[in-house]
Amino acid sequence: MGDYTTQELLSIFAMQGFAGFSLFSVLLLMALGLAIIFGQMGVINMAHGEFMAVGAYTTYLMSAVSEKYFPGFIQYYFVFAIVFSFLIAGLLGYLAEFALIRHLYKRPLDTLLATWGLSLIMQQTFRSVFGAREVSPTLPDWLLGSYQPTDTIDIPLNGLFVLALTAIVTLGVFILMYRSSWGLRVRATTQNRVMSGAVGINTKKIDRLTFALGCGIAGIAGAAFTTIASTGPTTGSLYIVDTFMVVVFGGAGSLFGTIASAFSIAQAQSILEFFISGSMAKVMTLLTIVIFLMMRPEGLFSIKVRK
Amino acid sequence: MNFIYDRLLGGKNGMIGIAILAALIFIVLPIGLDLFRLNMVGKYLTYAFAAVSLVLLWGYGGILSLGQGIFFGLGGYSMAMFLKLEASSPENTAIQSTPGIPDFMDWNQLTELPWFWQPFDNFGITLIAVILVPTVFAFIIGYSMFKRRVGGVYFAIITQIIAVILTVLIVGQQGYTGGINGITDLRTLHGWDIRTDSAKYILYFINAILLFAVIFLSRYILTSKFGRLLLAMKDKEDRVRFSGYDVSNFKIFVFVLSAVISSIGGAMFTLQVGFMSPSFVGIVPSIEMVIFAAVGGRMSLIGVVYGTLLVNYGKTVFSETLPEVWLFLMGGLFIAVVMFFPNGLAGLWEKHGNKLTACIKNRQCVIAVKAFIENKRAKKAPATSE
Repeated sequence: MGDYTTQELLSIFAMQGFAGFSLFSVLLLMALGLAIIFGQMGVINMAHGEFMAVGAYTTYLMSAVSEKYFPGFIQYYFVFAIVFSFLIAGLLGYLAEFALIRHLYKRPLDTLLATWGLSLIMQQTFRSVFGAREVSPTLPDWLLGSYQPTDTIDIPLNGLFVLALTAIVTLGVFILMYRSSWGLRVRATTQNRVMSGAVGINTKKIDRLTFALGCGIAGIAGAAFTTIASTGPTTGSLYIVDTFMVVVFGGAGSLFGTIASAFSIAQAQSILEFFISGSMAKVMTLLTIVIFLMMRPEGLFSIKVRK
Repeated sequence: MNFIYDRLLGGKNGMIGIAILAALIFIVLPIGLDLFRLNMVGKYLTYAFAAVSLVLLWGYGGILSLGQGIFFGLGGYSMAMFLKLEASSPENTAIQSTPGIPDFMDWNQLTELPWFWQPFDNFGITLIAVILVPTVFAFIIGYSMFKRRVGGVYFAIITQIIAVILTVLIVGQQGYTGGINGITDLRTLHGWDIRTDSAKYILYFINAILLFAVIFLSRYILTSKFGRLLLAMKDKEDRVRFSGYDVSNFKIFVFVLSAVISSIGGAMFTLQVGFMSPSFVGIVPSIEMVIFAAVGGRMSLIGVVYGTLLVNYGKTVFSETLPEVWLFLMGGLFIAVVMFFPNGLAGLWEKHGNKLTACIKNRQCVIAVKAFIENKRAKKAPATSE
């Protein structure tokens, strides 16, 4: 570190820190959906990354269509793409729950295998439809360029946008889960399914909508992802382990834990990456978390649930 | 005699099952296939070690490990390190800037052998390492997890993360591990060329014998009191604990055992295939090993061998002819096994096998088929007259 002046070092921290924010945003958006599905419902959805890819491909498709047929629309399509990504991924999630997941609630390990199978099928579908090459949508002008508070600091606008989007979605999830009567029903179902059914909550419907919501948020994550990197058929599977780690590390069932854990994992990895090689940064981060989880299996923050 | 007959061979039915599998592996396949294909079967059979280990761990113990690839890799890499050191003797590597070290180390500007490579120039120590390294590894993981009563889903995810760590580490530390290409260009074992035709046959049979030894050992363990406790733990863990057993110790033991079995498979893999790479360590191979076990029947030591052979055969056939279809099929297989036949091939055989054998014995099949055809015709007849 000796070769850098303090000024430069601070700039590096600021910029790497901001790169960490972009990773944090994607991880958190992915993890929010998974925290709902895994944390609340206890379903291990290995196809979660593929639902993110659904969102990313939806965005790409909308960009391609508006570029070709409505060139004037290209500045605005992205906002609609986020909504559509949410709806399409959510709809697919709804179908997956109906066809597959609901039969397996009592066998969590088998859900893992079945959703892994689902993820393989989805990956191959992406490959057959969009090709094996990575694609990326044409971004509207207002997402390009960067913001320069000083000479040495350079913060990309797309990163700022994704961060803002993440904040909005997180707030939305918080209100939905903790401040709405629907969220109350979801949490009641998690804590005591039989009792919730007895007081008149339609637990099956709650399950299906919760799963769909989780997948829909993964779709938003996909739309956000397209502004940062290009999408390939296996993009989703690259993030799935990290996402599970975020949820487990944060403590399943705790929204605040998920945010804290996504933040610390992304920042640790991003700042370490500048000083040691990317692969070692990843190894160090993962290893720290595994050791932490071995010491404290319930994660950073945990809510007490009677089982 | 009774001990062997009842416990190891599993009575009359078990003996027939073992005899058929032995006939297939020791006689039918070596005679029926050319060497290239037989070598491939040998490779599949090394995965069967991992599948058998999952019967113990997952089928009976109810602990799903998504990290059997870790142990497969540890065994495979141990063996590969020994073979690589022998292949890079100072005479063979005279053109390198540092002769006597593996070529990939030389390419990465290493000038001496790292400390953890040094023990592997001795074959005895290597064999011990194939057993000991996964034992230590699995013990540390198992101890820290099971003592804290972490199980089920969490265990699966954490083993998966460890598999990722190991893969990233191997790929990243190119100078020490050979990186993404793995350890290649392995030639001789104590001067015995493992690439010749005769060596391939011998290794195939050694592998098959070891596989049967592992199956017998597993059956011995599963039919003992330990096996019964394992099953009891899977169904009602708390009751076993309240009966005074230390559940975590049993879990640690079965996890370590399964790690060692997978590691032996990995070592045999390296010997037969002639290289080892990180693509046999990570998440995908680990989950594929689970599907081998699931297709064969997670409760059946014999079934999983068939499951491994069948899935790999399918994979090879489809990736040679229709690679796009393979992932669809594989995905469908995962879903179908879980949804429709959770006990795999072995479960199907148990359900319908008796009928089938009875049918063949009494010629009931013929009668049944005839009745079926008659029935069809009878149904068809009014349809045409209308």
